[in-house]
Amino acid sequence: MRELFELYAAFFRIGGLTFGGGLTMLPMLKHELVTKKNWVKEDDLLDYYAIGQCTPGIIAVNVSTFVGYKKRGIIGAIFSTFGMISPSLIIVSIIALFLSGFMSNPYVAHAVGGIKIVVCALMLNTVITMGKKTIKNVLGAVICILAFLIAMLTPVPTVAIVIVAGVLGVLLTKFDKREESR
Amino acid sequence: MRVYLELFIEFFQIGLFAIGGGPATIPFLMDIPKRHDWYKVSDVANMLAVSESTPGPIGINMATYAGYNAAGILGGIVATFSLVLPSLIVIILIAKLLDNFSKNKYVQGSFGLIRPAVTGLIATAVYGIFQTALFYDTEGKFQIPVVLLVVVAVYFALMNVKFLKKLHPAFWIFCGAVMGIVFKM
Repeated sequence: MRELFELYAAFFRIGGLTFGGGLTMLPMLKHELVTKKNWVKEDDLLDYYAIGQCTPGIIAVNVSTFVGYKKRGIIGAIFSTFGMISPSLIIVSIIALFLSGFMSNPYVAHAVGGIKIVVCALMLNTVITMGKKTIKNVLGAVICILAFLIAMLTPVPTVAIVIVAGVLGVLLTKFDKREESR
Repeated sequence: MRVYLELFIEFFQIGLFAIGGGPATIPFLMDIPKRHDWYKVSDVANMLAVSESTPGPIGINMATYAGYNAAGILGGIVATFSLVLPSLIVIILIAKLLDNFSKNKYVQGSFGLIRPAVTGLIATAVYGIFQTALFYDTEGKFQIPVVLLVVVAVYFALMNVKFLKKLHPAFWIFCGAVMGIVFKM
């Protein structure tokens, strides 16, 4: 029971302290789940992101469901998902209820402007540490750069990029003897 | 009572068919006013703005806001739960499958390439945030990029100090909010 509550609390913190949604949540997820709690490995977190991106639904929710399930099965999945959505429910309801001029409030707008800049630094830091872990050879580096360029310059959906990378990985395993003997 | 059932049906569908996270729900949200008078198409931009400036996943915030517009606080709760229900079901199924197949060499091979690809995708998101933070202030006017470069440089310098590394990202976010208000960013 205590672990379920911990799951709920951890995801409540992550949901309640991230601005900008899904991907900007990565530094927070990493800090709470990998560094602080040691519940998942960094590689696993990236796998959950990949799966969360190709499956229906909100990515952040998919990742929290995944981590919760890994930790404590179905009930764990439910607790972490509810933890993730609780802050949104509370905060957005309050804003809708009381603050009709929330967006036009200059303090809110300035604070959000400042937060965005910090999120940039946090995200850059996360991407660099992720890259160090996930890019293990030249092929990995090529795939990473290709994925970046395709997503930047073409309207190809991210789902397609993830799926193609996965298929390539399967084909390589099939035809590369060196991989097979590993 | 009927409105809650309608909310459930609409948002369960969105949760089931919107692939690619929060932004993928926007076309669905634009579609809803054709069938229900919960909000107008023109309100979607406002919903997005509120969702982006409040904590939490954007897709969840928008569902809560849309549901609230339709049927008050309970409406927000119903919409949000309906949106996450498909995720819960699908992800639990996949997690179960992955348990059985995670040792499989093909699964390992595919994730070996998916991980660097996802790293590249996340880098595009960083670039996107850089762009909005760098070039536009709250009035949509050009903002001095130097501010951002200095912040990033200072951040990385601080990150080399061991004990600062352990600080919660929320601490930096709070610093950012204060900085934003002080410097009217």
